[in-house]
Amino acid sequence: MEIIMSVAIGFLFMAAVYLILSKSLIRIIIGTGLLSHGAHLLILTMGGLGGTAPPVVADGVQITDYVDPLPQALILTAIVISFAVTSFFLVLAYRAYQELGTDDMNLMRGIEDRD
Amino acid sequence: MSFVFLIFLPVLAALFVPLLFKNLRQIHTGWFVLLVPVILFIYYATLLPTTAEGGQLVSSFQWIPSLDIAIVSYIDGLSLLFSLLITGIGALVVLYSIFYLDKSREQLHNFYVYLMMFMTAMLGVVQSDHLISLYLFWELTSISSFLLIGYWYTRDRSRFGALKSMMITVFGGLMMLGGFVLLSIMGNTYSIRELIAQAPDLASHSFFTWALILVLLGAFTKSAQFPFYIWLPDAMEAPTPVSAYLHSATMVKAGLYLVARFTPIFAVSGTWMWLVAGVGLFTMFWGSFFALKQKDLKAILAFSTVSQLGLIMSLLGASAAGFHIEDASHTVFKYAAFAAIFHLINHATFKGSLFMVAGIVDHETGTRDIRKLGGLMSLMPITFTIAMIGSFSMAGLPPFNGFLSKEMFLTAMISLTEFDFFSMDVWGLLFPILAWIGSVFTFIYSFFFVFHTFAGKHKPDLLPKKAHEAPIGMLVSPAFLALLVLVIFFIPNQVGDWLIKPAVVAIQPFLYVAPADVDIHVSAWHGVNPEFWMTLGIFLIGGLLFWTLRKWQRAYDRFPDNLTLNRLYDNFMYLSEGGANRFSALYMTGFIRSYLVYMFGFLVVIVLSTLFLTNAFVIRTDNLTPIGFYELVVLLALVAGTITILIAKSRLIAIIALGAVGYSVALFFVIFRAPDLALTQLVIETISVALFLLAFYHLPKNSKTVERLGFKLGNAVIALGVGVTMTLVALSAHSQKVLPSISEFYKETVYSEAGGGNIVNVILVDYRGFDTLFEIAVLGIAGIAIITMIKLRLSRKVGQHENK
Repeated sequence: MEIIMSVAIGFLFMAAVYLILSKSLIRIIIGTGLLSHGAHLLILTMGGLGGTAPPVVADGVQITDYVDPLPQALILTAIVISFAVTSFFLVLAYRAYQELGTDDMNLMRGIEDRD
Repeated sequence: MSFVFLIFLPVLAALFVPLLFKNLRQIHTGWFVLLVPVILFIYYATLLPTTAEGGQLVSSFQWIPSLDIAIVSYIDGLSLLFSLLITGIGALVVLYSIFYLDKSREQLHNFYVYLMMFMTAMLGVVQSDHLISLYLFWELTSISSFLLIGYWYTRDRSRFGALKSMMITVFGGLMMLGGFVLLSIMGNTYSIRELIAQAPDLASHSFFTWALILVLLGAFTKSAQFPFYIWLPDAMEAPTPVSAYLHSATMVKAGLYLVARFTPIFAVSGTWMWLVAGVGLFTMFWGSFFALKQKDLKAILAFSTVSQLGLIMSLLGASAAGFHIEDASHTVFKYAAFAAIFHLINHATFKGSLFMVAGIVDHETGTRDIRKLGGLMSLMPITFTIAMIGSFSMAGLPPFNGFLSKEMFLTAMISLTEFDFFSMDVWGLLFPILAWIGSVFTFIYSFFFVFHTFAGKHKPDLLPKKAHEAPIGMLVSPAFLALLVLVIFFIPNQVGDWLIKPAVVAIQPFLYVAPADVDIHVSAWHGVNPEFWMTLGIFLIGGLLFWTLRKWQRAYDRFPDNLTLNRLYDNFMYLSEGGANRFSALYMTGFIRSYLVYMFGFLVVIVLSTLFLTNAFVIRTDNLTPIGFYELVVLLALVAGTITILIAKSRLIAIIALGAVGYSVALFFVIFRAPDLALTQLVIETISVALFLLAFYHLPKNSKTVERLGFKLGNAVIALGVGVTMTLVALSAHSQKVLPSISEFYKETVYSEAGGGNIVNVILVDYRGFDTLFEIAVLGIAGIAIITMIKLRLSRKVGQHENK
């Protein structure tokens, strides 16, 4: 299963990078969303997909049967942080539309300072 | 008394200069400054008897003891000679500057502060025994020289000259630092004395030649040797006292000092001898040849300085030959070092006086253009006399000191042909020939300088001022120097005993142990020998060529301007600036896409090459979990959602597909037994999609229709590379787990220690609560930032960019 997940994560990264290299601002943010999905799944997969019980203490479950709880805690933190950053980006994009009237990255080059 | 602190006396005195200048306006500040070099000169003169007997004095000041860095003042014959030149000529130059610079119009506080800084730096250079402190003072001479050349900073030419000299001398200084570091690694000491003591061992070290070349680069740039001499003529924009002091008598001799000081270490190498003697002699020829092209009095003197420095340099190179001959004290090479030091003293006297003469002429007529000058002999008789003495000495005429040292120079050059090491027997003949041609041109430009300024027809209508004799105060210093020129001719052996022989011992310690061993007697008449005929030839041919100068001097104008070294320097500076500009414009496109391509490209290249070059790529299949049916179904949904994002025609579909991907991830969390993650992921994905839709709704109308993401091959290749890299890294990371997870501890103690059942939540708030605290902070900051971004509206100002 881990090999299949690794390939799927690679696919998510590929799609994310391809979107980030595009010139539309909103697609870049969609790309970062995909990138964080890929990263979260990567953490989960690298922690190992074994274990038969969720990490909640229950009667009659052997300690070795629990899923590794640490990657889950890390992912939970990462999800919240990436959500905060994504929402900030989105509002930034929204303000950029309002002020500049475009979402084309190629038109947002700042001031031309070369003679 | 620890005389190492005397090095700092001038710079300490300089602290009071601005005070004196501001508060005692009626007295010229130079009078106070004059005290410093006079006191130092008297002190150093009292050390003469010690060094004349071959004694040395050492005084040191620990600066950074833990790094073995100290300022060590080591006074032997060589450094005492230079210290006397620096303080003696320094005193005369300060005296001259008192009359040259006007106290009400000039910024004297700047001038004397820089000059005192320079004096400290120069004393430090010649007395330092420690390589690092030598370098420190060396760069201080470059900096103070930069300040002095740019003294009239409102003039373009001054700033240009200052910058040029700075660029070239600092380049050489840095190279020299490299050589010093290599030397200190080779000898495991910073002390020059200790390095000299282990000179034979150093020669076999693999760094030896590198250290040699780097140290020589420093010496050649500072002493204006070919092809680095180009800064010196441009440095003539400095006030004349500065030119007289720095650019004839002291700073340009720092390179000579360096060569002389390091001769005992490097002389064993043929490279050293060839470079020092060869470059020196070629510089002598080149400088004397182009001196005649100049129209400016100070430019003539600058080229003549270049030429004379080359002469001394070639003599120092020849003195290295003594190292290679057994029983060298019976050969003629023993002359070379003596002649070098002798000419160094002579040059300081006559060139100092000539620069002061040029300054007087400039001061009293308002021009330095030799085409406008002429016939000043009767108007300025004293100046003329001084100029004549200086020029004749420079040309090598008796009864002036230049004659004696030039004879010794010819002797040394002739004897080089008899030297049979380092293919000298093949090329050696070039040395006396170049030396002779150089001397002929020296003769011509010396006469050109003095007679085209003072003889001929007076042209009062061309001169900005009415010419008259200079005030007596301005004449004192050059007259004193001219007197020395004469005196040294008559007492060369006394000068030799007191000053030259101790210095020679420092240069050639392999030949002599004490100054008394140097059995050289200078006499004005050697009898009829090759040198005699060569000198006679110089006078005759030189005189003839000078007589016909007007006829052939125009030939110089035919030299193409764009082949000169100055043009080369200008083009190099221009190209390096423009080239750097074009280079950064090449990759700094301003498109964020380009930068991302660089980053992803480098990431892929670096990670993949590391993975395969270090054989880190491994796949193990024994620790895998079995593939489940539901997982595959969700995976299919995730991939389908991702592909939909990529090929979606409208952004709305892309956003909804992103939501689908997010929900599949949540389903993954369910399948992989992560209930908290699944909850959070579902909620957050919902909010995110809502936010995306909000942003989508506010899109400008005009770009709403153009939606399709076009396929770009370059982007696809980079993206594929990143994807493959991540997969490979994930596979090999999973296959090579070295240590077991620490989660066993959490699982075991979650109830007993923390009193909770949900292990993930206990980790978040108990075991690793700090993460959660700052994650809350991140969320808070994002919220505040969003509010600020929406609410805060600063009015836009039009045209506020300064560049427009």
